[in-house]
Amino acid sequence: MARTLITVPASARRGELIEIRCLIAHPMETGYRRGDDGLLLPRNLIRRFRCYVGDELVFEAELFAAVAANPLLSFWLRAEASGTLRFVWEGDQNFAQTEHAALNVTP
Amino acid sequence: MMRRRNALLALTGAVLLRPARASTEELRAAILAYTGGIEPSPGPVQIDIAPLVENGNAVPLTVRVQSPMTPADHVQAIAVFNQLNPQRDVARFTLSPALGRAQVGTRIRLATSQQLVAVARLSDGRFVSQAVDVVVTLAACVE
Repeated sequence: MARTLITVPASARRGELIEIRCLIAHPMETGYRRGDDGLLLPRNLIRRFRCYVGDELVFEAELFAAVAANPLLSFWLRAEASGTLRFVWEGDQNFAQTEHAALNVTP
Repeated sequence: MMRRRNALLALTGAVLLRPARASTEELRAAILAYTGGIEPSPGPVQIDIAPLVENGNAVPLTVRVQSPMTPADHVQAIAVFNQLNPQRDVARFTLSPALGRAQVGTRIRLATSQQLVAVARLSDGRFVSQAVDVVVTLAACVE
């Protein structure tokens, strides 16, 4: 399991816009670099990220080799109701990871 | 002697300039492939990136589009393209009205000084874009 760092405000008022930041430890090997043996290092990228609020997909990102190692993604969300945020990363070499975060919305 | 030098200069110029022009064509082609052939119009897309980058390995990038983000009028997607990395695509984001604000951020690699273009697809089917030039002093390792 890769280490992740997910930042969600501890609580938000209903209708407030909150910033969500998701970082995951991953080399994002481009497939264009050569190792010490002169051979191309196999591509190892996170290709896709998704964020769900409950079961609703609210944000999706398709990543390419130009995204830096340990990819950070930040986006905004309108806090409507308390619930669970689900974050899904998928990538090369069958990489798959899911993390959860609680969203607390006060009226 | 003079003629030979001129010929050499012309040759050097041709070798140095051709890749840049070719990549500009490639960049345009990548954008048109994304939009389905529609030329994006300059619009309310804001790219936040340092104009002078010291380390191309992780460059903070934020793209923001002015939009009310309501179900009737919102930004559906944002794509970022580059001119001179090995691959034209940087990232493609799919947004929804639930976000409330059309702003995404990440950190990118830049192989050299080049142009970045952000294209946004709006819910009415229009595409708007903005370009920015970035100078990189220490490039990301691509080889």
